[in-house]
Amino acid sequence: MEDMLFYDRMQFAFTITFHYLFPQLTMGLSLMIVYFKWCFLKTDNLQYNDAAKFWMRIFAINFAMGVVTGIPMEFQFGTNWAKFSELTGGIIGQTLAMEGMFSFFLESSFLGLFLFGEKLLGHKWHFVTGFLVFLGSWASGFLIIATHSWMQYPVGYEILENGKFVLNNFSALFSNPWLLPSYFHNQAASLITASFFVSAVGAFYILNKKHVEFGKLFLKTGVIFGLFSSIIVAFPTGDLVAKNVVKHQPVTFAAMEGIFQTEEGGAEIVLIGQPNILEKKLDNKIAVPNILSFLTYQNWNAEIKGLNEFDSKDYPTNIPGLYYAYHIMVGLGTIFIGLMIIATFQLYRKKLYETHWILWCLMFMIPFPYIANTTGWYTAELGRQPWLVYNLLRTSEGASPTVSSGNTLFTLLGFVGLYLLLGILFLMLVGKIVNKGPQLIKH
Amino acid sequence: MELFWYMVLMTMLAIYIILDGYDFGAGIIHLFFAKKEADKKAITNAIGPFWDANEVWLIAVGGVLFFAFPTLYASSFSGFYLPLMMILWLLIFRAIGLELRGQIHNRLWEKIWDKAFGVASLLLALFFGIALGNVVRGVNLGMVNETGVSTHEAHYFFLPLWNDSFSPEANHLGIIDWFTILLGIIAVITLTIHGANWILYKTNSDLNPKLKQVVFKLNFVLLFFVIVSISIWHLIESNPFENFINYPWLAIFPIVTLVGLFGLFKVKSFKKDGTPFVFSSLFLAGGFFTTVSSIFPNLLPSTNGVNPSLTIYNVAAEDYGLTVGVYWFVIAIVLVAVYFTIQYKVFKGKMDNIGYGDH
Repeated sequence: MEDMLFYDRMQFAFTITFHYLFPQLTMGLSLMIVYFKWCFLKTDNLQYNDAAKFWMRIFAINFAMGVVTGIPMEFQFGTNWAKFSELTGGIIGQTLAMEGMFSFFLESSFLGLFLFGEKLLGHKWHFVTGFLVFLGSWASGFLIIATHSWMQYPVGYEILENGKFVLNNFSALFSNPWLLPSYFHNQAASLITASFFVSAVGAFYILNKKHVEFGKLFLKTGVIFGLFSSIIVAFPTGDLVAKNVVKHQPVTFAAMEGIFQTEEGGAEIVLIGQPNILEKKLDNKIAVPNILSFLTYQNWNAEIKGLNEFDSKDYPTNIPGLYYAYHIMVGLGTIFIGLMIIATFQLYRKKLYETHWILWCLMFMIPFPYIANTTGWYTAELGRQPWLVYNLLRTSEGASPTVSSGNTLFTLLGFVGLYLLLGILFLMLVGKIVNKGPQLIKH
Repeated sequence: MELFWYMVLMTMLAIYIILDGYDFGAGIIHLFFAKKEADKKAITNAIGPFWDANEVWLIAVGGVLFFAFPTLYASSFSGFYLPLMMILWLLIFRAIGLELRGQIHNRLWEKIWDKAFGVASLLLALFFGIALGNVVRGVNLGMVNETGVSTHEAHYFFLPLWNDSFSPEANHLGIIDWFTILLGIIAVITLTIHGANWILYKTNSDLNPKLKQVVFKLNFVLLFFVIVSISIWHLIESNPFENFINYPWLAIFPIVTLVGLFGLFKVKSFKKDGTPFVFSSLFLAGGFFTTVSSIFPNLLPSTNGVNPSLTIYNVAAEDYGLTVGVYWFVIAIVLVAVYFTIQYKVFKGKMDNIGYGDH
């Protein structure tokens, strides 16, 4: 049983981590493609149209990867988490079915038109199809976060005698206080990934002295989108998400911040430290006093509850994992803001294209938004453990009763192998397209 | 409410079978008949802008099943764990085959992905037929053992891929037995015909005269297997005609199936290229509805006398959720109809010059 739960969790974590590498780029990139196409309609400058087409091609590969790795996510609710599906399907089935009906159809129907229909449709309608693809991908994110929010903060339900969760208020699913902050936080984070990706390709072109005109356009657009999104992700959205955690999952917040003991007179903010579970303290810490209380409650001396105030069976199951995930996310987010402020400043002084050290930094930044997004997702999900539905249904109660650990291990290995292949192919192809550059895409 | 969602689900499944069915069929044709580069191009062009959206019907069916019949979703997805995972892998393989083939111009690269696309399509057609076979045959719900005791909750089960006897009447059933394989073969033949008809409809390729021959010949094979399967059906279902006698209007489904089948024999004389596709669609939809209505209201029959079959009534979600679902579903399905109309309007007619794979 223990084994089975472990493999089930590993499989879900692995497949969703890999899956989420793709939609986070497509969601942000679709907005930027729409922006390029819009600039083209306004200025008639062909460079914008070429830019849109170039990114469309990368988008298409990325989208296909997102779709094929997304189907297993939906299946796994039934295959690996049958008990969870049976008990909560009447509720989260709503948002998941809506995702299929409202967003996937929209995205996939118009993606075909967007990719193949430029000549048939003309530029205005081509722009419209691009916009609809963008709308579909953002709607998809919304409905997934709505599902996620219900698991973090269940609303609009009652529980029957047989343990089934029954929906009794549909609109509550969408007025869930957890939903909007998480959604905008997530979308801003996706936009970070896309804008860092676009500016990294721009920096690569300029440093490489190839396709320099496109390099400048990508860099400029990427940096402006990047500045905007990396600020939004921290404030107000990140702040609002954290306040939700403090309010509704205080034990999670204590573990995220590594607060083992409630301390009187205000909590310090820990910049660096290592959680030591055995001795219940942080090792090697560097901390600034009272800041955390202020950030959380706007009061320098507010008390923040430590883990010692809670029952240890409700502790997040992986406290160090949660703590590090959260700190890596916050740390990277801070670096993103700093880098983008400097880059924008140089852009404003018209010196960005010559400031090579920034270009190098931007180019090597590509993996870090992915890491920040992934650790952010881990913070949310590890934070919810040991619960599947917070405070109501434990993870150990949600797994499939008849699937043995051997089967799960077998399919986990299958996914690892297959996704490794997919990852290599993806990098190869995107690398090839980037290297070829935008102008060769035309014919 | 349950009945409404049951009909929605079955209709969506039928649409999925017709739409993704021609993709699978095109893949099988690709595997066996496409020798020249021009033939391969014609085939992939014919499905190029559509297959992605077609596949979404599967995801949508999964979503609606999860939401309307959560207990069935949980029970069947965990019970058919291994084949479902393999279907997932095949779907992934087929999709990347299509997407990646045109990205690099290298003979070996193209060969690998051509085969991936073709073989995955063939296996998927086979697996979906086998899946339908499992659903009508039923499973050992509750995993009742020899002494008649359930070892799990009454609606859970787990099937291995096969057992040592390959018999649909064995005590310990497997996914693959001779009955389910038979349905798998029928699915492969039907979808090959269906895919060929789609290619006839959407292209002017040099393959077309040959495909007409293929469809014509395969019809005889199909007719043979259909007769075989009807004559052995009573082995897995004690009274397959019960529903049709009690509700005579259901007879429309077998009639549609037969009309579809016999229409296909005239494939060589049709004036319009789209007509054979209409008939193979009728055959597919009719055959599917005939099969599921013969077990109605069961969704998954129980093969032991201990635990009851899963019916649309004992696996459905509660009424409130199902009722609100109707509102958003109606809006969504109207939108979907609009999208598909636009899509098929824009890409109407022959697809030879769209140039799939060059994007």
